[in-house]
Amino acid sequence: MSTEPAVHVRDLHKHYGPKRAVDGLDLTVDQGEIFAVLGPNGAGKTTTIEILEGYRHRDRGEVTVLGQDPQHAGREWRSRVGIVLQSANDQAELTVDELVRHFALYYSASRDPQEVIAAVGLTDKARTRTRQLSGGQRRRLDVALGIVGRPELLFLDEPTTGFDPEARRSFWDLISGLRDEGTTILLTTHYLEEAEHLADRCAVVRDGRVVALDSPAALGDRAARQAVVRWTQDGLVRQEATDHPTALVAALAAQQPSGEVPGLEVVRPSLEDVYLSLIGEPVTNEPDLVLALDGVSTDHHPSAEALR
Amino acid sequence: MTVTPSTRATDRASRTVTLPSTLALSLARTQIELRQFFRERDAVVFIFAYPVIMLAIFASVFGQDGTTVGPEPGIPFGQYFLPGMVATGVLLSSFQNLAMSIAVERDEGGLKRLRGTPMPPTAYFLGKVGSVLVTSLAQVAILLVVASTLFGIDLPTTADRWVTFAWVFALGTASGAVCGVAFSSVPRSGKSASAVVTPIVLVLQFISGVFFTFPSLPLWMQQVAALFPLKWMAQGMRSVFLPEWAEQMEPAGAWEHPMTAAVLAGYLVLGLVLGIRTFRWKRRDDG
Repeated sequence: MSTEPAVHVRDLHKHYGPKRAVDGLDLTVDQGEIFAVLGPNGAGKTTTIEILEGYRHRDRGEVTVLGQDPQHAGREWRSRVGIVLQSANDQAELTVDELVRHFALYYSASRDPQEVIAAVGLTDKARTRTRQLSGGQRRRLDVALGIVGRPELLFLDEPTTGFDPEARRSFWDLISGLRDEGTTILLTTHYLEEAEHLADRCAVVRDGRVVALDSPAALGDRAARQAVVRWTQDGLVRQEATDHPTALVAALAAQQPSGEVPGLEVVRPSLEDVYLSLIGEPVTNEPDLVLALDGVSTDHHPSAEALR
Repeated sequence: MTVTPSTRATDRASRTVTLPSTLALSLARTQIELRQFFRERDAVVFIFAYPVIMLAIFASVFGQDGTTVGPEPGIPFGQYFLPGMVATGVLLSSFQNLAMSIAVERDEGGLKRLRGTPMPPTAYFLGKVGSVLVTSLAQVAILLVVASTLFGIDLPTTADRWVTFAWVFALGTASGAVCGVAFSSVPRSGKSASAVVTPIVLVLQFISGVFFTFPSLPLWMQQVAALFPLKWMAQGMRSVFLPEWAEQMEPAGAWEHPMTAAVLAGYLVLGLVLGIRTFRWKRRDDG
């Protein structure tokens, strides 16, 4: 029974007028894992997660969260789910301590409020009113309110937007700690390094559907991870993506009377490049790279032909 | 639900049965609502001081040289306006307060956050009603103490007058509160809430005989006012604080208690039905 996935989504559709916010999305989150949904703004991340949280109704598709359809789930289901929404600035006049204590009352097996406040690093701010917290502290309070009920499944929607690097790192430790205690975590983010650091698996979402799904290290297909060899020929920059850069460089060198290949570069795409190619964003400082990556998925290799 | 929690994991089943009761959570909500309310100092000052200040102005301006209302022996101005101020105070602390504060809560994401927890919606609404009852009681107590000590207005001494006070106050507060909850969905944003709600309350005050003697208003205005609860609340309160003979100055020549009860109860039901059917936990623009 415990092998039943925490979240199961098949062929999910949600349209707003002509806009297909979610367009045939599939997703399975196993119990006890941290699953990251990556994607640019407007890719359908928040719409998807809010359907899973029960806030929005889907147009079509199959959704099961902790064994129930969130659209019709009741109090018992809500007590097993923790939700951290995108930014909120409510309840400004209450203190951290008051809020965490109050929210703990909603659940039957709450965590100790003091321990939760300590876990998110707000012990010094326990008696501070919410309005006086910084953005990062506010976000950590959101997380405290999301986990005080000891949820089996925690949703985090862009939890670290606006954090400084140090705050982000301590936040990651907190989330890993929750996973180690057995909490399943589904988070959306547009920070690749966040997914890389936290997630067991991640899905890249683009135009309302999953375009890649794997562990962060294995993300992107083999072609997307090929090395790119770049050189200058007849005053033009040429490049080719290849599995065998050494052989290509040797072949190039053999063609040159001097044995030197002008403007030679061998570039391994970073995870960032892989991600950007998956979501179809131009790589800002390397406009050609995307073209090259797109090119390798077809059989046609114009730059390779130029060589022969 | 086809999947019952007990069939899936036995350790979860024990959690199900012990979810906190709605009553306990309603009390917890009342408490936290009050705590929040009293920390919003501007709103507190406004809601508590407004009726007192208005009474002071009207009693001082119109009551100069011992002017009275009605035929001999007449009613001192301060005493005549006190029931209207009690009624308007109830309207402020129930309808206006909730219509505005819930619109702001919705705008700030507080309602959406609550919807994501196992707190039952009933506990949220009962918490609002509970906090409104407490603030209205405090507000009317301050008003009556000031009226009696500073303006020398005689308060009723018989039990039946206070019984009338109790039911008009309770029905008025309850209907004002549920109408406030329902109306909170009308403003498009938290910022616009006060611009939408305040004029309605102000117009109602003018046409319902809070600022003028009701018989001095044009007939059509009296008829329009009779469609809304404030007129009936003020009339009910006049039957508490004015002498028996003042009954003849009412449009119907009587206090019309059954009609007052019927209108206020009608708004209570209307507010409940509309409130339940139209309540939104999310902003308008939020999917």
